[in-house]
Amino acid sequence: MHWTATIVFALLFVLVTVLGFAAARWRRGNLAQLEEWGLAGRRFGTVVTWFLLGGDLYTAYTLVAVPALVYGAGAIGFFAVPYTMLVYPFVFLVFPRLWSVSHRHGFITASDFVAARFGSPTLSVVVALTGIIATMPYIALQLVGIEVVIAGLGFQSTGLLGEVPLIIAFAVLAAYTYSSGLRAPALIALVKDVLIYVTVAAAVIIIPARLGGFGAIFSAVPREKLLLTLPSAGGPGNASAYATLALGSALALFLYPHAVTGLLSARSRHVVQRNMALLPAYSIVLAFIALLGYMALATHVQANPAHTALFERYGANFAVPALFLDQFPDWFAGVAFAALAIGALVPAAIMSIAAANLFTRNIWRGWRGRSMGMAEEAQTAKLVSLLVKVGALAFIIFLPMAYAIQLQLLGGIWIIQTLPAIVLGLFTRWFHGRALVAGWLAGMVVGTGMAAAQHFQSSVFPLRLDGLVVPGYAALYAVIVNLVVSALVTMGMDLLGAERGRDITHPDDYYLSGASSSQAVA
Amino acid sequence: MTASARTRRSWIGLLFLVVTVVALWVPLYNRTEPALAGMPFFYWFQIAWIVAGAGAVALAYALSARR
Repeated sequence: MHWTATIVFALLFVLVTVLGFAAARWRRGNLAQLEEWGLAGRRFGTVVTWFLLGGDLYTAYTLVAVPALVYGAGAIGFFAVPYTMLVYPFVFLVFPRLWSVSHRHGFITASDFVAARFGSPTLSVVVALTGIIATMPYIALQLVGIEVVIAGLGFQSTGLLGEVPLIIAFAVLAAYTYSSGLRAPALIALVKDVLIYVTVAAAVIIIPARLGGFGAIFSAVPREKLLLTLPSAGGPGNASAYATLALGSALALFLYPHAVTGLLSARSRHVVQRNMALLPAYSIVLAFIALLGYMALATHVQANPAHTALFERYGANFAVPALFLDQFPDWFAGVAFAALAIGALVPAAIMSIAAANLFTRNIWRGWRGRSMGMAEEAQTAKLVSLLVKVGALAFIIFLPMAYAIQLQLLGGIWIIQTLPAIVLGLFTRWFHGRALVAGWLAGMVVGTGMAAAQHFQSSVFPLRLDGLVVPGYAALYAVIVNLVVSALVTMGMDLLGAERGRDITHPDDYYLSGASSSQAVA
Repeated sequence: MTASARTRRSWIGLLFLVVTVVALWVPLYNRTEPALAGMPFFYWFQIAWIVAGAGAVALAYALSARR
């Protein structure tokens, strides 16, 4: 049992809990309105948005799983670096348009936009459902991050009793998310990100210095893991998997509801654009976090008998916590562990808010067949955010962790199927709503089929092209099918003379800057 | 949109295309030499490229914010 670490950890946890509840009074608004509870009144400036999106996108699971993949598989795990580099130019070109049109029409979710753009309720429900099912396992995986850290502190009892710290952490999170909405994770993200930066800076300075520099660390890495393998007579290699994983993940990231929620809470279009130049700072941190996997290899964390039981239970996901325990003084291990655990709370809160917004606005309202009052809408979303968290918790407690990991892997393949409707929809009205539903269905079936062919163990599918095998990210292959079907069905419907649904947006809506617009509904 | 705004947009598009192609063109950086402070080329180049990508976006923002 690491008592000093546990005490530091607990103190930091109490601090963020206080912040979480106090956040209800921060930039005060009427929390009985969904726009206030679920988007914090769209008032966040450049700095808060930077912390919020950073805390939101670079999740605890990422911080644990990326170095775990580098630790276990080597260079391929570094795909997170080109992935989180590519995402920003792409988002810069596309998503300011979503911010502008949403600001103009009061959209809270991407599904709101799709409904208005294509006049297709089916498409809107499909986009909302995809967002929710892709987010649920992602929330569950944040819990895995907390669980690994709590076990690392020495709470190693098994069974339901062993889950008590996790249940407490999540109950507290659920309570302040319910009362403060998006303001809670925004304020907590500040603490989380500072702790992460401090931890990574310390690790990158202390550990290489102790081991004799980066040269010594990299020389401990087996040669075959150090670089990617290019296609050759010996086999297709993993370079194509690397590039397609990076590209596909970059295209998918801002389709996730929690990313959209973070984006739409920004005060202006410029805040969004500026952040696309500033957020890469987190990608640099992520690159060094990925290298922690090699530091864990170089220090032979797995050889320490103190870690044997936890490596058996969590596999490579325990590599980084073990590294921190071995290399840091106990109190600082507490800080690092708190960074990881709080790093799980921020995205878990935003994800549950985003899923609740989707359910309330785009599924429940349609289902009920009547519009809801503002207070009723906000109240429904708050209750749904609780349900979502209880669901994720039950998932982790009662089902094997492998299910959550496999479902999250599927989630990436699923969420990218909303790309034609959302991303292309921001530029063109050419597609028919029903054609996009057909494309979505084709993409879901093909993508899920590709993952099933790999027994849900990997999202890399060995595509056979005329005798050539190209291993690539199934999400990318499946979204190409989706695009082709969407285009073909659109052409077919045009030939039949089918009418497009009503588009209530105007071309100028996509350029609103928001700074001086009349939208300042006080 | 004015003609100069269109020109700016094409420059931004070209810039982003270069940034993207380099990041995805694995044979370009899949090597250990030249190493930097003990870090193989594969790793330090991709970290440096994050900075290049951020610079491209910052430039694009500066260009697009100009009226």
